[in-house]
Amino acid sequence: MDAILFLLFAAIAVVCGLNLVLQSHPISSALSLVGVMGSLAVLYLLLGGEFIAAAQLIVYAGAIMVLFIFVIMLLNAGTERKLPRRLWVKYAGLPLLAVFIGIASFVIQRMLPVTEGVKFGAMTHGNPREIGRALFQIYLLPFEVTSVLILIAILGAVVLARKEID
Amino acid sequence: MNFFVISLIKSGLVAFVLLTALAYIQWVERKVLAHIQLRIGPRRVGPHGLLQPLADVIKLLTKEDMIPSHVNKFFYLLAPFLAVMFALISIAVIPFGTEVKIGSFSTPMQLTDLNIGVLFILGLSGIGVYGVALAGWASNNKYSLIGGLRSSAQMISYELPMALAIAAPLLMLNSLSFRELVDGQAGFYFGFIPRWAIFQGPFPQIVSFLLFMVAAFAETNRVPFDLPEAENELVAGFHTEYGSMKFAAFFMAEYCNMVTVSCVGALLFLGGWQPLWPAEYGSKFVPTLIFAIAGLICLSHGLRPARPFDRFTLPVFAVIFLGIAAIFLVPILATILLPLFWFLAKVGIILFIYIWIRGTLPRFRYDQLMSFAWTFMFPIAIVNLFITALMVAVTTK
Amino acid sequence: MPELPLPQSVPLAWYLILSAILFTLGVAGFLFRRNVITVFMSIELMLNAVNLSFVTFSYKFKQVDGHIFSFFVMVVAAAEAAVGLAIILTIFKNRQTLEIDEVSSLKN
Repeated sequence: MDAILFLLFAAIAVVCGLNLVLQSHPISSALSLVGVMGSLAVLYLLLGGEFIAAAQLIVYAGAIMVLFIFVIMLLNAGTERKLPRRLWVKYAGLPLLAVFIGIASFVIQRMLPVTEGVKFGAMTHGNPREIGRALFQIYLLPFEVTSVLILIAILGAVVLARKEID
Repeated sequence: MNFFVISLIKSGLVAFVLLTALAYIQWVERKVLAHIQLRIGPRRVGPHGLLQPLADVIKLLTKEDMIPSHVNKFFYLLAPFLAVMFALISIAVIPFGTEVKIGSFSTPMQLTDLNIGVLFILGLSGIGVYGVALAGWASNNKYSLIGGLRSSAQMISYELPMALAIAAPLLMLNSLSFRELVDGQAGFYFGFIPRWAIFQGPFPQIVSFLLFMVAAFAETNRVPFDLPEAENELVAGFHTEYGSMKFAAFFMAEYCNMVTVSCVGALLFLGGWQPLWPAEYGSKFVPTLIFAIAGLICLSHGLRPARPFDRFTLPVFAVIFLGIAAIFLVPILATILLPLFWFLAKVGIILFIYIWIRGTLPRFRYDQLMSFAWTFMFPIAIVNLFITALMVAVTTK
Repeated sequence: MPELPLPQSVPLAWYLILSAILFTLGVAGFLFRRNVITVFMSIELMLNAVNLSFVTFSYKFKQVDGHIFSFFVMVVAAAEAAVGLAIILTIFKNRQTLEIDEVSSLKN
């Protein structure tokens, strides 16, 4: 059952990723990216990261991608003009990509033993209690620094998007 | 296999009850609004207009399903689908009562008890923005686009005070699973004050409850925050190019969001299915009493009817109410039905407040609405969370 | 029900291979697309792929540190998206174009 769920959502993620790269209209790419994030949230649940799955949905798919979609709608972005590519890029690009991914996959699966698989429920430390404990005890300094980072980002966005008053 | 079959049965039951309830909440809204405005509301289709939702469903199903020629077809058809799907999924984590024992099976009255239930609801309300934004954009219409963008900006802005208002009782109740949250509100202070989150020490969560209710009004695009739907009603709105079933999908999504936030409010702040006073002071007889009084009122009005048709319908309602009152006295059914009654009573009161406010208040202008969220509610939510955290830290050992 | 040749538990390597594929797709999108918003979204795809590999390794060692790293990556991505989109809005306001090839006045 785990394997079927993994294969299904991995296939959805890869198809949405391909759609992101191949579609010409930015809105289709944005919604494909939301699809990738949704299927990755399910994969995080399979890996026992329930808080990260919920955070992915709330923060990434629910806020950041809505921001992207707002900007695309506000700027009324149209479809991209297609550039004619050189011949060797078109015909050697994809096979080389496949060869690269093949080599990477071979190296990865040689490094990790097959016996150690992912069972749903084997990882119990992903609950909010553990994350809270780690975040506020061991990783307290990075946590505070990221809050300052968000403050800087808010200030930057407000300044950049302000209307010029002459 | 047993678990699978029981879950299927529960899902079917919850889906059926939810969809019927959505249609009848619309009936309640029209009747209550009408009585607030000193008129009667629907009364022709069935006794007291009770078959009006059925007539509306038949009308919406049989209307011509038109797709305008200038819209982006894929996203135009996808948007109501997304809106209604994410609205209906959130009922999966809402518990309606305690465990139900039928024969040898014992299942909780909840579809699934996620231990991150609250985060799940927050995530779904975040993703629910996509239906609205896509509908506004795909309609290829200036007014739809502005209405859609305003509505989705409003929904995102009010998510923040809502999340902070939800975080405050979580600090006191120490769990994210809805069932544990309600179990943490069991018991009574001094023997008669319920330990609901709005009464619970060290810091009664009254401010959080008010913040949550106001943010919930804005999240579901209801009055007084329904400017993106209503001002443009005169011209357009994000659902202007939609007709028949697609429009019905948006309205179903809106009522379902209303039901979900009312359920979440009842679970987090009003104690879920915990009764208002202890069972030894007679809280077991409250539903019987209420339904019996309703039945007697119907009977007395049926004997001196205001309209001739009521001579037949009101006694029938009286018999139905007295029958329900009698069901609550049966001991086997009472253990299942009592928690359900308390939960539904609280959700019903919150929904009534939604409808009551719709009939009473004027609506905010859009810039007033946004500055209310960012300059008033957000600071208050942060201060409330801070005070709650302080009180919890000081009083726990 | 026919017995499909699927393993009982999913090998950890498959998650990392998926992360590699998504990262490669992100790099391809970053290099080949010309709309600046799509380039930005390819960057987000790369960040998501990295998040997946963090959570995978966190499973392997049964510790929560990978989740914390992933959380910080999400926070940084949020901050970067906010400022980056504000910059894109400013570029659009000044150049009226969303293609990165045309914002090249500092070149040569």
